[in-house]
Amino acid sequence: MGILSYFRALQPQKKTAKVAKERLQIIVAHERHLRDPATVDYLPLLQRELIEVIRKYIVINEENIKVNIEKEGDYEILEVNITLPEANH
Amino acid sequence: MSKIIVVTSGKGGVGKTTTSAAFATGLALRGHQTVVIDFDVGLRNLDLVMGCERRVVYDLVNVINGEGNLNQALIKDKRVESLFILPASQTRDKDALTLKGVARVLEALKKRFEYIICDSPAGIEHGAIMAMYFSDEALIVTNPEVSSVRDSDRIIGMLSSKTRRAVQNLPPVKEHLLITRYSSKRVNKGDMLSVDDIKEILAIPFLGVIPESPSVLQASNAGLPVTLDEKSDAGQAYLDVVARFLGEEPPPREKKGFLTRLFGK
Repeated sequence: MGILSYFRALQPQKKTAKVAKERLQIIVAHERHLRDPATVDYLPLLQRELIEVIRKYIVINEENIKVNIEKEGDYEILEVNITLPEANH
Repeated sequence: MSKIIVVTSGKGGVGKTTTSAAFATGLALRGHQTVVIDFDVGLRNLDLVMGCERRVVYDLVNVINGEGNLNQALIKDKRVESLFILPASQTRDKDALTLKGVARVLEALKKRFEYIICDSPAGIEHGAIMAMYFSDEALIVTNPEVSSVRDSDRIIGMLSSKTRRAVQNLPPVKEHLLITRYSSKRVNKGDMLSVDDIKEILAIPFLGVIPESPSVLQASNAGLPVTLDEKSDAGQAYLDVVARFLGEEPPPREKKGFLTRLFGK
């Protein structure tokens, strides 16, 4: 125990102010992103425009398309799920 | 043209009331007609920090409800000409404030005062929104400490979405970063976020920094805005902040080095 803490003391310790700054930069960026109206607002519009594009080729309803954003760690996943209607040929 | 300035922070205990009292007093010392309003309904304390707690008869809520008029509620400071205090109610809760009522009081104050300082309650709820809603400018009081910086960022977000200027698509509330309870010694040791760290994270215009100082507690003990204590380093820093707010560049204060302190000057 005594020896261990001796060696630990020899290691250059990261200053706590630096740790604080890094932690704040991450959390503040994350929270700003979440409250950014652009983040929240563009999904419905994206969904509508996607429907319009797909409708040029296939007949689909609004329920056939689901658009979602998920955050995982440092990156975001944009998930677009289109269910094609049963083929009637 | 009068200016409405909110002193806000999100987090409690960072020095909003100290700053409101010191800043308002500083503006009045410079000859400006100034009123400072306590928006912390239910937990009024500005009166105590300003040393006029025994002179409160009518308060902000009384004025809003028409139970007393503005002249009855305004307390004239005994030390500084052109400084007035509008205390909060101690008995009601924050919901007693309405946008309509606050707007009416502020409109009346605008006729008499150049600067209207709104001391916000802590938190991000009704009371804090009432204090910031009509503001033209904001002092964001921040301690060099993680929870305070995060909460300040939250408040900055609210200033750009929940204020009259935001809602009516007017030019945004002008923000000023004020860092309080700062210790250069601890920053140098790497134990405390530096001014530059906080500026970088919050990314709003910087107004000034107030050192951690025993004189702040001594001043509030005595009911004296710290800007009236000529020996106080914090008080001097607040006076510099006021000067900078008024568009001046105060000369840098001479830092007493070890030798000067030892041998005098």
